[in-house]
Amino acid sequence: MSASINPALQPLASQPSVFATLRRVIFDRPATIFALVVVILFVLVAALAPLIAPYDPLAQSILDVNKPPSAAHPVGTDQFGRDVLSRLVYGSRNSLILGFVSPVLAAILGTFLGVVAGYFGGFVDRIVSRIIDLLLAFPELLLAILIAAVLGGGFWNVVAVLTVAFTPGFARVARASTLAVKQEPYIEAAVAVGLRTPMIILRHVVPNIAAPIVVLTTLWIASAIRLEASLSFLGIGTQPPNPSWGNIIRDGLNNLFGSPWPIIGAGALITLVVLAFNLLGDAVRDALDPEASR
Amino acid sequence: MTRYIVVRLLDAIPTVLLVLTLVFVAMRILPGDPAVAALGDFATPEQREAFREQMGLNAPLWQQYLTFVASSLTLDFGESMMNGRDVLGLISYNLPYTIELTIASVLLGVLIGVPFGVWAATNANSAPDSAMRGFSLIGYAVPDFYLGALLLIVFSLNLGWFPINGGGEGILDRMHHVFLPALTLAFIKAAFLGRLTRTALLEVLGRDYIRTARAKGAREPRVIYRHGLRNALLPLTTGLGLTTLTALSGSVAIELVFNRPGLGKLLISAIAERDYAVIQGGIVVFALFVVAINLTMDLVYVLVDPRIRVS
Repeated sequence: MSASINPALQPLASQPSVFATLRRVIFDRPATIFALVVVILFVLVAALAPLIAPYDPLAQSILDVNKPPSAAHPVGTDQFGRDVLSRLVYGSRNSLILGFVSPVLAAILGTFLGVVAGYFGGFVDRIVSRIIDLLLAFPELLLAILIAAVLGGGFWNVVAVLTVAFTPGFARVARASTLAVKQEPYIEAAVAVGLRTPMIILRHVVPNIAAPIVVLTTLWIASAIRLEASLSFLGIGTQPPNPSWGNIIRDGLNNLFGSPWPIIGAGALITLVVLAFNLLGDAVRDALDPEASR
Repeated sequence: MTRYIVVRLLDAIPTVLLVLTLVFVAMRILPGDPAVAALGDFATPEQREAFREQMGLNAPLWQQYLTFVASSLTLDFGESMMNGRDVLGLISYNLPYTIELTIASVLLGVLIGVPFGVWAATNANSAPDSAMRGFSLIGYAVPDFYLGALLLIVFSLNLGWFPINGGGEGILDRMHHVFLPALTLAFIKAAFLGRLTRTALLEVLGRDYIRTARAKGAREPRVIYRHGLRNALLPLTTGLGLTTLTALSGSVAIELVFNRPGLGKLLISAIAERDYAVIQGGIVVFALFVVAINLTMDLVYVLVDPRIRVS
């Protein structure tokens, strides 16, 4: 029905350089190549954890308690004699899954709220905007802690907590972009040819606000990984004995006199992976959203 | 000016009500039966019933809501279910430690971050600038509790320069106790503030009045601090507000690392013990704090930038 008018794809089509820019941004900077290598390794380790981990991450051994790094245990063992390297390898799965799932869910939910508020305006907009503003006044970590205080830990609760914490940011961006897109003549044209509102939103609004949403999603993978670690560290994220980089540090802190190696190893991994995703997020932002780069 | 302040203060009222409503909705409607959550699976039906009665959970929802709002506004959070102590008393014992840590870390963060940012901006695209970039990349990536644990291992455990836990007694001892935790948070704040200072100052240093100041012979430090940094204050004020908020949220994990008293530690232990009354009080106080910090920042803007008074 809108076969003759499809301006939604126009801005993208007139910039055939998106992939070229992406390639340039990634391969012109050594830091981005480094980040990409780290991210690929991280994904591979998480995916192949059972093949890579030398031991069962939950297997305790009373004879091997608090061992320093050695050939048999490259990162040593913890207070239960569990192999720290195996726990780190398995812990990456939590970080990977939560790091991706929550930003994506929040992007979907936030875009929905933001687009609805921006497109329809009026009363709905006022309620949604007020709640978004209020939630944005809270740092994500604090918001996550406060929600987790109510919900408690566990995998799905952490997914829910992170999703709720990230949603307002997406909603604000989606709303602002929708307000801008709504003024475009092609929306008026779509209304004029009698396209139904859900179709207008799906075919003409959403594709045109996609770039900033994608950028935000990438940038927030790093935050999600760090937040999951923080919540698990606080004991309201991934529950023991399941390993997560955050609760490995928590366990390590309770066993400070036994061995510092679990803390050192898990923390270094969080830092490295978050750093890599930050660099990658910057690169994606520079490629898709040149105006936002500083 | 007065009008702006009054309007802003009045605007905080619906915000506080909305915060309390969200807390209420989250606590009452989301997690199922709070009696089960609080008492665990092994409580007898009689115990659960007694708990519901005590917490006022048998009243109609609208009545619970009004009671909740009224008691929150009067800071009446009831008694801890673990030890029967007054929740407000627990909070007011722990709160000063958290405020102390937040203020100390913001101060240290400013003291480290702003000069670093100035140094990077005045040496743009050379070694100090690269150092700033590296510093901020690490600062954005390293989790505060990890950094805290490392500092604890090195400076408290191995070198013995700082205490391993507690909040301290008396002013000097308390400063000794708060230093390492505050430095941990300050390092991360400094990365953010340094980068912000660099960006804001670089923009200002390109302006005409800076050239004028130099042309009339003002010395470089005066140009930078008096003419440059002063005009970069507005973005820095925003940054300071954000820094205070993230320091407040960071304090939760840091209090756990350094095993010091504080609101975060109280809340986290309450969660572990399922101490419903303390959890509720802690959440409300944290939320009110965020609203208060935001309100303060809005008022500080007016002092920093007179243009806001007009609009």
